[in-house]
Amino acid sequence: MAGIPHDHYEPKTGIEKWLHKRLPVVGLMYDTLMIPTPKNLNWMWIWGIVLTFCLALQIITGIVLAMHYTPHVSMAFDSVEHIMRDVKGGWALRYIHANGGSLFFFAVYIHIFRGLYYGSYKAPREITWIVGMLIYLAMMATGFLGYVLPWGQMSFWGATVITGLFGAIPGIGPIIQEWLLGGPAVDNATLNRFFSLHYLIPFVIVGLVAVHIWAFHTTGNNNPTGVEVRRKSKAEANKDTVPFWPYFVIKDLFALVLILVIFFMFVGFMPNYLGHPDNYIPANPLVTPAHIVPEWYYLPFYAILRAITFDVLFLDAKFLGVLMMFGSIGVMALVPWLDTSPVRSGRYRPAFKWWFLILVIDFVVLMWCGSRPAEGLVPTISLIGAIYWFGYFLVILPVLGFMEKTKAVPETIEADFDAHYPPKSK
Amino acid sequence: MMKKTLLTALIALGLGLGGTAANAAGGEQHVEDFAFSFEGPFGKYDQNQLQRGLKVYTEVCAACHGLRHVAFRTLGDEGGPQFPADQVKAYASGFEVYDAELDDTRAAKPSDKFPGSALETAPDLSLMAKARAGFHGPYGLGINQMIKGMGGAEYIASILIGYTGEEKEQAGTTFYENTAFPGGWISMPPPMEDEQVEFDDGHKNDLHHMSADVSAFLMWTAEPKMMARKHLGLLAVLFLSLFTVLLYLTNKKLWAPIKRKDA
Repeated sequence: MAGIPHDHYEPKTGIEKWLHKRLPVVGLMYDTLMIPTPKNLNWMWIWGIVLTFCLALQIITGIVLAMHYTPHVSMAFDSVEHIMRDVKGGWALRYIHANGGSLFFFAVYIHIFRGLYYGSYKAPREITWIVGMLIYLAMMATGFLGYVLPWGQMSFWGATVITGLFGAIPGIGPIIQEWLLGGPAVDNATLNRFFSLHYLIPFVIVGLVAVHIWAFHTTGNNNPTGVEVRRKSKAEANKDTVPFWPYFVIKDLFALVLILVIFFMFVGFMPNYLGHPDNYIPANPLVTPAHIVPEWYYLPFYAILRAITFDVLFLDAKFLGVLMMFGSIGVMALVPWLDTSPVRSGRYRPAFKWWFLILVIDFVVLMWCGSRPAEGLVPTISLIGAIYWFGYFLVILPVLGFMEKTKAVPETIEADFDAHYPPKSK
Repeated sequence: MMKKTLLTALIALGLGLGGTAANAAGGEQHVEDFAFSFEGPFGKYDQNQLQRGLKVYTEVCAACHGLRHVAFRTLGDEGGPQFPADQVKAYASGFEVYDAELDDTRAAKPSDKFPGSALETAPDLSLMAKARAGFHGPYGLGINQMIKGMGGAEYIASILIGYTGEEKEQAGTTFYENTAFPGGWISMPPPMEDEQVEFDDGHKNDLHHMSADVSAFLMWTAEPKMMARKHLGLLAVLFLSLFTVLLYLTNKKLWAPIKRKDA
């Protein structure tokens, strides 16, 4: 599929021409910023900018925090307190970084669910989707590694539990676990490599984000109708789109700043709300907290992990849980090939809407399950939630495509836009 | 030696850990809701209360507990007890600290930190108010926590006023019944009683008041930059709100021709 036709950068002055012949960097920036963007994008399309902002925020605050942090088991906890007490503005940096992680995940979840609802994963955007899933996995890894660094009780025991998951793999598990930990148990070697990787992976994410943007700039954005931008001629494309600058830059900035108002309420007034009090207790290998919980953004998958409480054939419950947890993200990554519906956007799929709504509720219920001790009804609810999660991707989406009677899709983006904002009669 | 002491302190800290966990699970502990001045988005530390709290800490808690993250100089910082420099110096000199260069102990200077716990089983108190937080709900919408604070200071105060007077002996250790402690039995003997500490300003010194004062002080040791943080939060929220309005208007005007509206 050819890109959407639009005006390209034309160097005018002598120096521009000189540079453009040798390194067309201004052209690249111009074409990226002026990309024709469907003019009917709604407020669910702002999260990409929020996520880009989060990535930059986390890298900048993180680099400065790393200047004052000491990755050693006997000094890590104290160095974090040193940041909080003695480094000028260190408390602000750390609270922004810690809550910035939460904002990052909050935004990525909405971004992913937006993609799921509007069929943004469907051809020809499968690569954008897959790269997005890789970014999400890299974020999960980075968030987990980062939570270990303050070396509090939850850091230590979280690291023990999560690396233990790899130990559950039959046969090679213990070897992988030891390799991850750098020894038989969570210790200094673990902290050092976690710090190193926590610093590295964000830059891998930067690279993946560039590919993500490159991919959807090649195919063009999806939009709420799921109808492609007409691209036979520039004149036709111009009817469906407006340039990214200034229209969407200003719109996205407005949304971002509004979100930052709420973000700074957290940072300023309740910075520890999303954290765990136990992490203000230094790590102690001899005392296990009664209730080990991961950060809120892992809870749905943590619930799926714990949902399996029984062995199946020769596979034990723990390993099955691990398979289910990674599988739950795996099936999501495969959704471009699991969804059989010819209609892209959920807006025109009356039955799909309900199944999608249940999926969102399922996600929230699983999040709640993950936060509770695994007792009473919690494991059962988790299991039902996990079954629905897999059922949605593996059964409902493939079958629904054949059974569902979809509504009429607008001819063009322009038609949809005009229906909302009717042209004035002259 | 240092390492061993530290390890023991850590274990002791860990033993008390059941607190938060039991709290999460419900439990029968009773944590009283104190109306501290530092609660809410605009709450501030009460300088006089922090100064009284330091006195309680010095005369009562410091016998066993330590504050190893807190530097004496910070007692003079803005947003804290804010003692004048000479008083900070005089106060610090009342403590003995180990100096690696002298290989001996000497009187503490403002640049030193408070000593760690004197009693191996007594946890360090620097961060206790944050480590025992969450009583105003890690669950729910968190609005309660924003208004009433994290609850760590309440927990400490509730422990101090929570002794029933009952004791029991188990495996050679005496445990004291406490309504705020998870499980109901704590190994710390009741640390203070009514009128144990005399305040210079003649403030009430019944157990309830002293407990509130020392808890406020420990909230400050755990979160010494709280006032600056709330100030930043308020500035950021106000500035960004204004910026939001401007961007909203810009966006509206920008899109008006596209949406065929009158700007």
